[in-house]
Amino acid sequence: MNLILFTFIVLLGFTSYYFGRKKAYTIQSTKKRLTALPQFYGYYLAIWCAIPAFIIFSLWAIFEPTIVKLLVLNDYSNQGYLDDELNLIYEKTKALSRGQFTGEITPFIEASAEKYLSLRSIAQSSKVVIVLSIIIASVAYAYKRISSNSRTREPVEKFLNAVLFTASLAAILTTVGIVFSLIFQTIDFFKVIPLFDFVFGTHWYPAKAFVRDSSEALDPTMYSDTFGAVPIFAGTFFIAFIAMCVAIPIGLMSGIYLAEYASTKVRQYAKPLIEILAGIPTVVYGFFAALTVGPFLKELGTSMGLEVSAESALAAGGVMGIMIIPFISSLSDDVITSVPQSLRDGSYAMGATKSETIKRVIFPAALPGIVGSILLGVSRAIGETMIVVMASGLAANLTLNPLESTSTITAQIVVILIGDQAFGDPKTQAAFALGMSLFLVTLCLNIVALRVVKKYREKYE
Amino acid sequence: MKKNGVKMIKIKAKDVDVFYGKKQALFNISLDIEENQVTALIGPSGCGKSTFLRCLNRMNDVIDICSVKGEILINDFNINDKSCDVVRLREKIGMVFQKPNPFPKTLYENVSYGPTIHGMAQSKQEMDEIVETSLKKAALWEEVKDRLHEPGTGLSGGQQQRLCIARAISVRPEVILMDEPCSALDPIATAQIEELIDELKKEHTIIIVTHSMAQAARVSQNTGFFHLGQLIEHGSTDKIFKNPDNTKTQDYITGRFG
Repeated sequence: MNLILFTFIVLLGFTSYYFGRKKAYTIQSTKKRLTALPQFYGYYLAIWCAIPAFIIFSLWAIFEPTIVKLLVLNDYSNQGYLDDELNLIYEKTKALSRGQFTGEITPFIEASAEKYLSLRSIAQSSKVVIVLSIIIASVAYAYKRISSNSRTREPVEKFLNAVLFTASLAAILTTVGIVFSLIFQTIDFFKVIPLFDFVFGTHWYPAKAFVRDSSEALDPTMYSDTFGAVPIFAGTFFIAFIAMCVAIPIGLMSGIYLAEYASTKVRQYAKPLIEILAGIPTVVYGFFAALTVGPFLKELGTSMGLEVSAESALAAGGVMGIMIIPFISSLSDDVITSVPQSLRDGSYAMGATKSETIKRVIFPAALPGIVGSILLGVSRAIGETMIVVMASGLAANLTLNPLESTSTITAQIVVILIGDQAFGDPKTQAAFALGMSLFLVTLCLNIVALRVVKKYREKYE
Repeated sequence: MKKNGVKMIKIKAKDVDVFYGKKQALFNISLDIEENQVTALIGPSGCGKSTFLRCLNRMNDVIDICSVKGEILINDFNINDKSCDVVRLREKIGMVFQKPNPFPKTLYENVSYGPTIHGMAQSKQEMDEIVETSLKKAALWEEVKDRLHEPGTGLSGGQQQRLCIARAISVRPEVILMDEPCSALDPIATAQIEELIDELKKEHTIIIVTHSMAQAARVSQNTGFFHLGQLIEHGSTDKIFKNPDNTKTQDYITGRFG
């Protein structure tokens, strides 16, 4: 029923567009000059048709269930029921009205169900009537207002402005919502686990929290030495460091090659090819790291008499570095290309060679942008999940040996949230605390990176 | 500088053709440039005067599709010869561009750039001297001596252009090429640069491309008039402006086209 009404409103909107435009053409045919193009008159009428109707429609959808519930439960007031019991009665009523109730049917509930059904049908039909009359009233009002000198362009433009504003508002509000949910869960977590233990504890062993019998009361002392985040922070930065050791030199050098040395033809093919690397799903990188690079490193290590874990930080970090190469190469290529040609000319005219020009003029000029691209790469490395989960192991060892396995923030969040979880449990909330810290780290990196890039842009444009 | 009443020829261009891909930009240019004089190249936009200027320090090498044919003799040495070392050539032939293009470095680093890459200074002291002399010659020293370690991009347009001149003369080039050096500047800065050009010609041979006929008349001793990739006429500035042989030159000078 709602769907039909919705479609009907949309159709009416289209129809009013044509009526609005038609009236504009009619005015035009009398040799009067319009204040806007005829389409604007159409849009104007369509907006007047659809918007009030949709507002009523959504208000109805929001308030109808509450009002119906109030009216149904009104019969049970003054009988000393608790809120929970009332809710139960209401759920039973609804189930019965849908014919899905399997329990014992009491006359009370049967009566309520009948009342519920009749209220619903009244609500439905009055909704249709009200929405339709609103449409008729507002379209008639707007249609009458259309004349040769009525203002239609401004309201339409304002409406578009409002639509775009709403869209960006939705994005912003979602972000804010996510951040708040992180914050509240994190606060709950730190009510049980002291902040100090989390930030400075060197022992991360959330599995200990898994064995708790949920019927037992929560005893904070049993979590001491369980949620010390130092090993996984260390692991995160360590793997990111390995990744950047791979990505920065290769990415930067290929960026410089593409921007300064490659001929137009080479560049034309090489750049998209490198960017394909960025399009490979991280899962694919993950099993490349876990099934190819990891075992290869292990064999290589064994042949050299080194003990290499099959899931090593080196394998995960190395593959992650390869994943980041295209970001750094492509961004630094853009930055270097945007250094004005006049600077190159100036340097060449002084007798500088190509490499001198790059080293002494272009690179310093592009440095802020390059730093920005590197920071964006780092924040990707820190936030990367799949490769680490698959290739670097899940045990949070505190180690600086790249041949051993370590774990990262992201991988631990996955470990914690896979399988059954209980809300309000420290082990689940630990994931939020980790997510929060990850968010803060990448946020800072991104802010710094964007600042740096922006500062650079201001210099040349 | 005159030897036995004959002016010394610094640069001798013989039958120079320039192509951008398949399109020919310069046709058969032959031009002698006298030493320690200012030679102005004038002509309507797109006539090839800048292209010719860029041939003289092989800056056209930077453009992939550009090819140069013919001989350009500087001190009787053909710079289009394979044996020519472009780095040494550009050390001898400085260039100042249309738009001031100081490097995004400090004033000091801008001027010391050339001497550094050519290894001209043995000590910090020597470099300081080079920087000071160059800035003094470019008539910029007094204005910037207290802020040598601030970025060169923070100067005004006219100051930036004089900084670029200081940068160009820091390696003591024999020839300075100027590609419309005043077109981005206001009249006061232009007057300063013109005064400077007059001063610089004592030690350097100067070739200047300009759109302003008045500027050519003011600063140059010799003038070459380019049109559609051809050198229509060249000679002393006096003659070109007062009594040109070619009617096209006459028309351009008097503003009838271009």
